[in-house]
Amino acid sequence: MTTHANNERTEPVIHVESVWKSYDDGAIAVLNGVDLTVHAGKTVALCGPSGCGKSTLLHLVGGLDVPSRGSIAVNGMPLDGKRDMVRFMRHEVGFVFQLHNLVPDLTMEENCLLPAIAAGVRRSAAEARLHELAARTGMQDRIHHRIQKLSGGERQRTAICRALMNRPGILLADEPTGSLDERTSAVVFELLLSLTRNDGLTLLMATHDRALASACDHSVVMRNGRIEHGQ
Amino acid sequence: MIFLRLILVNLLRHRIRTLLSVAGIAFSVAAMLTVVTVLQGAIGMFSGILSSGAEIIVFERNVSDLFFSDVAPSAAAQIAAWPTVAHVDPVLFGVVSSTDHPIITCFGVTREDARIAKADWISGGGESFGQAGQVVLGQRAAEFLGASSGTQIPIGHGTFRVAGIIRTRNGFEDGGVFMPLADARTFFHKEGSSVVTVKLHNRDDAAAFKRQVRSTFPNLIALEDAEFSRSYSQFKILKATAWAVGGCGLVLGGLGVANTMIMSVFTRIREIAILRVAGFSHIQIAAVIFGEAAAISLAGALAGLALGSAALLGLKLAPALHGYVDTSLHPAVMLIVVLLALGTGLVGALYPAAYAVRSKAVEALRFE
Repeated sequence: MTTHANNERTEPVIHVESVWKSYDDGAIAVLNGVDLTVHAGKTVALCGPSGCGKSTLLHLVGGLDVPSRGSIAVNGMPLDGKRDMVRFMRHEVGFVFQLHNLVPDLTMEENCLLPAIAAGVRRSAAEARLHELAARTGMQDRIHHRIQKLSGGERQRTAICRALMNRPGILLADEPTGSLDERTSAVVFELLLSLTRNDGLTLLMATHDRALASACDHSVVMRNGRIEHGQ
Repeated sequence: MIFLRLILVNLLRHRIRTLLSVAGIAFSVAAMLTVVTVLQGAIGMFSGILSSGAEIIVFERNVSDLFFSDVAPSAAAQIAAWPTVAHVDPVLFGVVSSTDHPIITCFGVTREDARIAKADWISGGGESFGQAGQVVLGQRAAEFLGASSGTQIPIGHGTFRVAGIIRTRNGFEDGGVFMPLADARTFFHKEGSSVVTVKLHNRDDAAAFKRQVRSTFPNLIALEDAEFSRSYSQFKILKATAWAVGGCGLVLGGLGVANTMIMSVFTRIREIAILRVAGFSHIQIAAVIFGEAAAISLAGALAGLALGSAALLGLKLAPALHGYVDTSLHPAVMLIVVLLALGTGLVGALYPAAYAVRSKAVEALRFE
């Protein structure tokens, strides 16, 4: 089944075709023939119960893993051995995880600057971008705070800033509010949506929260490694 | 700057582990520095004994040790007559024993030898040196033999009168006995001398002098000071031993760094995955790991230099070793030791860096 989480007037930026993923020589099948197309500037929620393959699909789209079968193209180019994956991860996609995945002993500023350092961005330009993102996420007073001193919501906002540091076109979010309380979760999700919509980013987000999914442009329901239906 | 912070943060996060690794390198560096410096000092002193202000040493070719060399008096006399030669000193080296002191270095020298002619006399004088049955003692030899000028001391099967006591900065000479060359020849049953030290009118004539020795005396060899120090097999063995002992220490230190780095990588494999997701390349990830190893090694090397210097100072001040060890630190040795420590640390980080680079980010992100 091919699911078009799309608006046909825009270009497809993510194209997943008959993707299978299994582990232990096929003993553990996680994805069983997934087709998905996501168009530019859209926010798409991947819904479904735990273990249905949402995170695995995100990892494959983000280039963190490779499919057992099938193909994935992002921004019109396949994710295969010919693609410069380091450049892809630096400039084309940003990740936000359920567990914020920040370096705990560094400050908010240092964590956010990591992608810029990796990409060789000039320090002044990187700092300007950091201050812009900090202002937009309400973190301007927390820039020099170490991660251990930040609340869960602040840590997730830091993770969002880091993901957007190098201005990627696609944001991949894996249960971005999964570790937050209800109120903080709503605030962080609103922030995520407003940032992506204002900047015209494409958001592909894994969530088991139907309420959050309904706020996205499209939602795709997964079950047992397959896409059950999309709307 | 943040790259540096990334390196330091992890080292500071596990302070005890880092300190143990730094200590491992520091002790290795200190051991290497101490052993190499002491032995180089000893070699320097020994070659100083041989040359004693001269520029060239002539001795018997193909002898395993200078104690076995025998340069005929006629050869020494012939060399002294060459126009390029300003002065020659035949010197006979031997080992003598006395009551409670089985090994004392003995120098069979003439009255004109710089060691006697320019000696710093504590008692007695060189006027009577050369008379049969008289010896001059170094200050330290006089102390451990309990001798003073005018007393009789037993050496081997004979008894000698102490004609004087001299002070010298060279530990071997300070703990030695100076015997008139003729007496020494009789004592050691030799016809000539172990070496002939030669001072030239013009040092530029050294090459021509060496050629002349080779053509005139095929059984002898002439070497300049530095050349002798480099080629003398005993010195080569000592130097090799020093570097080998120090090297073993460094290998142990390097294993400590490797262990630390392996632990460091294993315990923060998730953090390394975060860097990968943030766009760090394999080279950048490896640079973080190698940076940590380099920081540990450099800190260890600096601490080791301080520790080694303190140890050398302690040796220098130890009364029992007075004059026997030259503890001057050579910048070249310090640099080599630091570079070796750095190299060892980086080699120790090879496997951890390879592991970090090869680890799959997606698996590491699942790692709790």
